[in-house]
Amino acid sequence: MLSKKVRLDAHGEDSSYFLGWKEYEKNAYDDVQNPTGIIQMGLAENQLSFDLLEAWLASNQDAARLTKNGESVFRELALFQDYHGLPEFKNVLVDFMAEIRRNKVSFDPRKLVLMAGATSANETLMFCIAEPGDAFLLPTPYYPGFDRDLKWRTGVELVPIHCSSSNGFKVTKFALEEAYQQAQKLSLNVKGVLITNPSNPLGTTMSHDELEVLITFAIAKKIHIISDEIYSGTVFDHPSFISIMKALLDRKLEETEVWNRVHVVYSLSKDLGVPGFRVGMIYSNNETLVSAATKMSSFGLISSQTQYLLSKLLSDKKFTKNYMKENRKRLKARREMLVTALRDAGIECLKSNAGLFCWVDMRNLLSSNTFDAEVELWKKILREAGLNVSPGASCHCSEPGWFRICFANMSEETLKVSMQRMKAFVEKNTQQCRRGGGRVTHQESGCNSRRRSLSNWVLNLCSYDREPYR
Amino acid sequence: MLSSKAMLDGHGEESPYFQGWKEYEKNPYDDVQNPTGIIQMGLAENQLSLDLLKTWIKNNQDATRFTNNGESMFQDLALFQDYHGLPAFKNVLVEFMAEIRGNKASFDPRNLVLMAGATTASETLTFCIAEHGDAFLLPTPYYPGYDRDLKWRTGVELVPIHCSSSNGFKVTKLALEEAYEHAKKLSLNVKGVLITNPSNPLGTTMSHVELDELTTFAVAKKIHLISDEIFSGTVFENPSFISIIEAVINRKLEKTDLWSRVHIVYSLFKDLGIPGFRVGMIYSNNERVVSTATKMSSYGLVSSQTQYLLSKLLSGKEFRENYLKENRNRVKERREMMVVGLGEAGISCLKGNAGLFCWVDLRNLLSSNTFTAEMELWKKILHEAGLNISPGASCHCSEPGWFRICFANMSPETLKVSMERMKAFISKQSCM
Repeated sequence: MLSKKVRLDAHGEDSSYFLGWKEYEKNAYDDVQNPTGIIQMGLAENQLSFDLLEAWLASNQDAARLTKNGESVFRELALFQDYHGLPEFKNVLVDFMAEIRRNKVSFDPRKLVLMAGATSANETLMFCIAEPGDAFLLPTPYYPGFDRDLKWRTGVELVPIHCSSSNGFKVTKFALEEAYQQAQKLSLNVKGVLITNPSNPLGTTMSHDELEVLITFAIAKKIHIISDEIYSGTVFDHPSFISIMKALLDRKLEETEVWNRVHVVYSLSKDLGVPGFRVGMIYSNNETLVSAATKMSSFGLISSQTQYLLSKLLSDKKFTKNYMKENRKRLKARREMLVTALRDAGIECLKSNAGLFCWVDMRNLLSSNTFDAEVELWKKILREAGLNVSPGASCHCSEPGWFRICFANMSEETLKVSMQRMKAFVEKNTQQCRRGGGRVTHQESGCNSRRRSLSNWVLNLCSYDREPYR
Repeated sequence: MLSSKAMLDGHGEESPYFQGWKEYEKNPYDDVQNPTGIIQMGLAENQLSLDLLKTWIKNNQDATRFTNNGESMFQDLALFQDYHGLPAFKNVLVEFMAEIRGNKASFDPRNLVLMAGATTASETLTFCIAEHGDAFLLPTPYYPGYDRDLKWRTGVELVPIHCSSSNGFKVTKLALEEAYEHAKKLSLNVKGVLITNPSNPLGTTMSHVELDELTTFAVAKKIHLISDEIFSGTVFENPSFISIIEAVINRKLEKTDLWSRVHIVYSLFKDLGIPGFRVGMIYSNNERVVSTATKMSSYGLVSSQTQYLLSKLLSGKEFRENYLKENRNRVKERREMMVVGLGEAGISCLKGNAGLFCWVDLRNLLSSNTFTAEMELWKKILHEAGLNISPGASCHCSEPGWFRICFANMSPETLKVSMERMKAFISKQSCM
């Protein structure tokens, strides 16, 4: 009676990523009302800089009040449904995007297509580039939402490019080729590679080498590159962010075919912390794609009320400059808090310089090197420590034991509470291990006669588990 | 290199419906700056009652300033991306929808799914109900945008239910059966019928008899009934509006299969005149549809800033009642102006009681009873009279010579100018 899309689970919402959210919703932490509730650490939101936005609003009443120099613009906005977008909004957006990239790249507003969120933008790009049954290659680990956003209604397949902790999860030429071959074995026609840069869930920016390898690959295979750069404004540390557009310019590829096969997805949800306002966009040098995507944006336009407000906000260059600087500072500090506290608990994170989360190494807490053990551990953390974190399997990580933990969606106090709980949890589980044997902890590795009784995978871990991290 | 969706013109924007818009954009009428420019009469917008909304906003600053009794809501709203929608907004929406229907039907906010426009809502329902290659039946003439909204990315086919001027373009049992048979001949699996009630472009509400036929048909064929009711707040005269939900309740079919195959599309574009704010919705008694559509709404959520503003705007019962009453009066008056103006030029319109346009009979101006002649006439009206109106062919009308002319997207003065131009154009044609 209904379509397959309804009948099957293709939206992916029964994965653990979403189940954790549901548990949280039933028993949400509140420092006063429910101090033993679950702390949500699976939500990549940026709540650190609202005070700056609110202060701006208070001094710029016009923007929200739908007035311009005191005159009402309500009528014009109420009627404005042009899918080309509010021109003044696009103009300030391209400036903002350039600013984030330290003005090393410039953008043309005519190549920008606005839509109601990055979710909408990503799906639209799929519809424009691929047929049902075609495939995109994605480096793992990747944002769990892509399984819904990119595949569900488009019929596109995703094939993982397996990245490994052995080199800090960087994309290699070898991994790209392997993924491509795997797609061919599955008789899938590969249309492109989709990268998230800075990476969700890793919190790292792509290196110059990785971008080189990627571009070379896309040229050789004549495929597209989609670069989801929604975290580009959250880069708080070296190495600095290199946009895919900059990487192409550096290789002087503007007049070549690949120029028309590279597209950027952006949104204000992470950098400005306004996911509720639904502001996403596609940037592309491909005229046909821009034209088709513009028409498709009818299926998810941005409210003109919101376009107006944000066009005013972003046109204030003094504000944006200050905001970006302050926001980065706060993200860096908040990340430090998490990393230090986790280290105190004996847990290391992947070295990162961006994003709203850390990619955390909890392999030594696993009962075995399996994804089953990872799910067990995730459930224990959820139920015993009362923390909802995202298990690596939900991000398609090829190695068990990695978790994404968010730090920007709560107050400092709540973060402290979460870290205390984590410490207590790790201690308890370490003690259990000492009593029960058979499980390795960080402290025990490399220095204990119990080594001989431990399985091989543990011994292998011990030899390099400290290296890639800070 | 790109997909077929991107390369072909499934978006339908090469049709005259959109061509006329483009001509207008190159040379738009302005009473001062460009008095000989093209007057846009192809845009079904409601500009008649924006002053009422504007006044409300001026007197209720909280709603735009993200404050509630002086307390800032900014952070909560900026973070609010729950696809279940702002509860306060859905609660007032179901009340508003009930009031529009004279409280003859009531709605449960849990069955309402918000999305960024009726375009989004229609497409999403299609994804939920049909597979690639399935078909929907639609009475003609219908809104040209459906060719894009329902087909483009979903791969669904549309099969027309031919309606004729001989009975005022009403849907008949025969027409329904014929359309169904035709779909079968094309080996298409019919999943449902989509009606627009009140009708765009006819400007009429569906009669009790028509709704009965449709319901009977949907029961017999075990198919869905989608009722696009986006013009429901513009019904200004009898016969009164009967929503599909009311029709099904009147037939005592709430406890049957059919109940979960009936869905409504609604939006605030036409009734409140705010297409820019992107507020659309699906209403369905089918839990699976509601659940899936809710998840799919991630592809086009309504801005929380806008949900908040409108939840406040629609929260006052008095305001809602007053607005609906005043808006209907203005729509009625404006329609009268056009009907009389056209009448003076010797042109008649289909009797209508809703909508923001008239369905106008220009058959006697055709050089021959063909769509080619209709296209010729449309171009002449565009270039000689400087009026962009919508030819019936773009609405898939089966008979040439009918045009949709909008009246609510301009000032009364501009409407007068357009009627004078039409009169002059007709006189010239008669002389020729």
